[in-house]
Amino acid sequence: MTALLTAEGLTSGYGPVRVLHGLDFSIDEGEVVVILGANGAGKTTTLRAISGMIDVKGEIQWDGASIANKKSEDVVRLGIAHVPQGRGTIADLTVEENLFAGAFIRKDHDAVRADMTTWYELFPRLAERRQQPAGNMSGGEQQMLAIARALMSRPRLVLLDEPSLGLAPLVTRELFDRLRQINRDTGTTMLIVEQNANLALDISARGYVLEAGLMVVAGSSEALKADESVRKAYLGY
Amino acid sequence: MDLFLDRFFLGLQQGAVYASVAMALVLIYRATGLVNFAQGEMALFSTFITWQLWDDGWNIVLAIVVSMVLSFVGGAAIERFLIRPVGEVKTNALSVVIVTIGLLLALNALAGWIWGVESKTFPKIFGTDFVNIGPASISYQALGVLAVLAIEVVLLYLLFQKTKVGLAMRAVTSNSESSRLVGVRVGRVLMFGWGLAAAVGALAGALYASELATLDTSIMLQLLIYAFAAATLGGFDSPVGAVVGGLLVGEVTVMLGGYVDFVGEDLRLGAAFVLILVVLLVKPEGLFGRKLVKRV
Amino acid sequence: MTDRRRFAVKAIVVVVVGAVLLYLPQQLASFEVGNLNKVICFAIAALGLNLLTGYNGQISIGHGAFFGIGAYTSVILVADHGWPHFATIAAAAAIAFVVGVLIGLPALRIEGLYLALVTLALATVFPQLISRFSDLTGGSQGKNVRLPDRFTAPDWTGLENDQWKYYVFLAFAAVAFLLVRNLVHSRAGRAIISIRDNETAAETLGVHSAAYKVATFGVSAMIAGIAGALYSFETSFVSAGEFTINLSITFLVAVVVGGAATIIGPAVGAFLVVYIPIWLDDAGADPQLSPVLFGASLILLMMAAPGGILGLYRRLVGWGSRRMKKGAPPPTQSTPDALASVT
Repeated sequence: MTALLTAEGLTSGYGPVRVLHGLDFSIDEGEVVVILGANGAGKTTTLRAISGMIDVKGEIQWDGASIANKKSEDVVRLGIAHVPQGRGTIADLTVEENLFAGAFIRKDHDAVRADMTTWYELFPRLAERRQQPAGNMSGGEQQMLAIARALMSRPRLVLLDEPSLGLAPLVTRELFDRLRQINRDTGTTMLIVEQNANLALDISARGYVLEAGLMVVAGSSEALKADESVRKAYLGY
Repeated sequence: MDLFLDRFFLGLQQGAVYASVAMALVLIYRATGLVNFAQGEMALFSTFITWQLWDDGWNIVLAIVVSMVLSFVGGAAIERFLIRPVGEVKTNALSVVIVTIGLLLALNALAGWIWGVESKTFPKIFGTDFVNIGPASISYQALGVLAVLAIEVVLLYLLFQKTKVGLAMRAVTSNSESSRLVGVRVGRVLMFGWGLAAAVGALAGALYASELATLDTSIMLQLLIYAFAAATLGGFDSPVGAVVGGLLVGEVTVMLGGYVDFVGEDLRLGAAFVLILVVLLVKPEGLFGRKLVKRV
Repeated sequence: MTDRRRFAVKAIVVVVVGAVLLYLPQQLASFEVGNLNKVICFAIAALGLNLLTGYNGQISIGHGAFFGIGAYTSVILVADHGWPHFATIAAAAAIAFVVGVLIGLPALRIEGLYLALVTLALATVFPQLISRFSDLTGGSQGKNVRLPDRFTAPDWTGLENDQWKYYVFLAFAAVAFLLVRNLVHSRAGRAIISIRDNETAAETLGVHSAAYKVATFGVSAMIAGIAGALYSFETSFVSAGEFTINLSITFLVAVVVGGAATIIGPAVGAFLVVYIPIWLDDAGADPQLSPVLFGASLILLMMAAPGGILGLYRRLVGWGSRRMKKGAPPPTQSTPDALASVT
């Protein structure tokens, strides 16, 4: 099976500061893949490189075509949705308007409404707050909104940047349960970058470990969980 | 009592024009987060185009419409080629201010160079008749301006709240990065915002010149200050605020000018300035604006 | 180049430039010296504005008003009350400072572009205030300082009037530039700059940003007021038409063109804003068209060289990009601030 997304020699950074030093990784359709890494390793930069927020050198192949250095507005139209670090809530719009915004690239109005209903069922808290300004919600609620918003564009791949950041453990668990459910029900491929490895490895099939801009370990999630150095560094035991 | 009513209606009439320009300012601010110092001179240039068409024999209303269309294109072009290359407002505020000031100077001088500095006669769009309401009379001009304003507000409200473009504009103002991530073509939204503001400005300029009955290169700067006062009072991100603010500024300055000798005619602008300061001290987000939360 | 060599080069440049500046009035015709006097006054005003806008990040399009306050204070005190000239400078400084603080206080509540618009309003209102109180100010007719009361060279100097003014202005400028330079490099200066770059961060580090911002406003206005008083010595005449919004714009342009947040940028900028119109005029340019060219060049300048002339110079000489004033980042790249959110 050819991979849905592959990166080869991915290099990127900010101005004079190089953060990624030539990454290789790939994701197959329907998978949940995790990239683990500490602060400063380059996790966010990796996702930004894929979704076109920063310039890159090297190759990124999506469904056989190169998408390196494409603009974000075009990348999402190719079927990749990015849930940014810190949620990226459009704070001044209501919850419902955020979801409409998520469906911006779509023209099938009725289906958009149907999808909205689906996500309201999955995330009832969002339904409760549908007309409220999104910026007023708690971190956990905003995270759910960010994910629902990304899914509104019916992407084939969702990039999630540290979804557990700043969330209480119970909320995080609920969140990851939902993610697993979405992947099972819709087959949406997911690439999750996380510091908090436990839950992420639980719902994923494969993972990579990113250190200082380089992939240092790759393998199945089972293998990663068993690997002692990974356990010590990212799983805390 | 007569005098009071006359002044009251005069205040509304002038206020309506301030509100129109304030609307353009609010539009650009909502779409781009930018205060456009060149708004007045852009409107001036548009109004000269309107005048030119009318002078060449066109019907004044048609002239205004054509000028609005041309201004839309011009405004979009300005955003694309002059404003965008300079960078984001948040990181380069000073550069952006300088660019809009440069635009202010250039447009004003260009208008003077093309059309000369002598005053031109500008037609009364709504005629010169009056309507009697009790002891006072209000001109058709005033009624017409208020009616146009009302239509503008409704249309803009519908645009922002009920259309996809409006949603995109509000999203971009709130979080342009996230807007990009959902596929909003931010550049196009910005161009649209500027184009729309330029068109609104063209309309406001024509209404103002029609009220003054003359047109020359100096009339817009004062109007800009009054419009700023209106937008500040109403809240820079609220079209409704622009209207209410404009009418209030019109009333307050006319009343103060009429009843308080100290203020007189000369200091009406000063009164507007003090009003700006007071509002910013007491309620910086204006009457209808959202409270600005400083995110750390 | 080692630090010692760089210092030596700097010292030589300063000495040479200083010598040239001192010698200049001897060589030039009187009206030329008059132009230079105008440049010096504008340079001091731009210096004051730069402190507020370049180093402290508070954009002002209203410094023409402070300049005007200084000029009018001086003229009124000399013409109507027989004050000695140098004493009026002190009065001008004090009044301008107070007004600056009065504007600076509400300014605390407003950011960036809003503040610019408030100062724009101030600059627009100022000439109207002059007209309103024409008994005091002479309104649009203007106010003249009669011949015997004018600022003239004392006999013992053996100088022409223009030359005398030149040296006095230059002395004030030298002191002002030096004091500002020392301020900028001092602890207070670092506080002022930190407020510009990240006010919240500065506050958490213990900087009382409100006090600094108001004080900077006052000092900046004061410097402009002093410049205005000196300017009134040069012209011995003030009228409302001289202190319009155009003057405020001129000062801001001088700051930005020279290079915001640099010490000598304002001087370079002042020279250009005074002389470019003169050169254009001499070259026979259509006076109606020059503001168009001017405005257009400003826009182009901001796109190509947002750091002004000094910024351009530094880029060419190869100073680190960290030390440059905010330039326009390429549209597709995240700004360096993004780095903080990433790591």
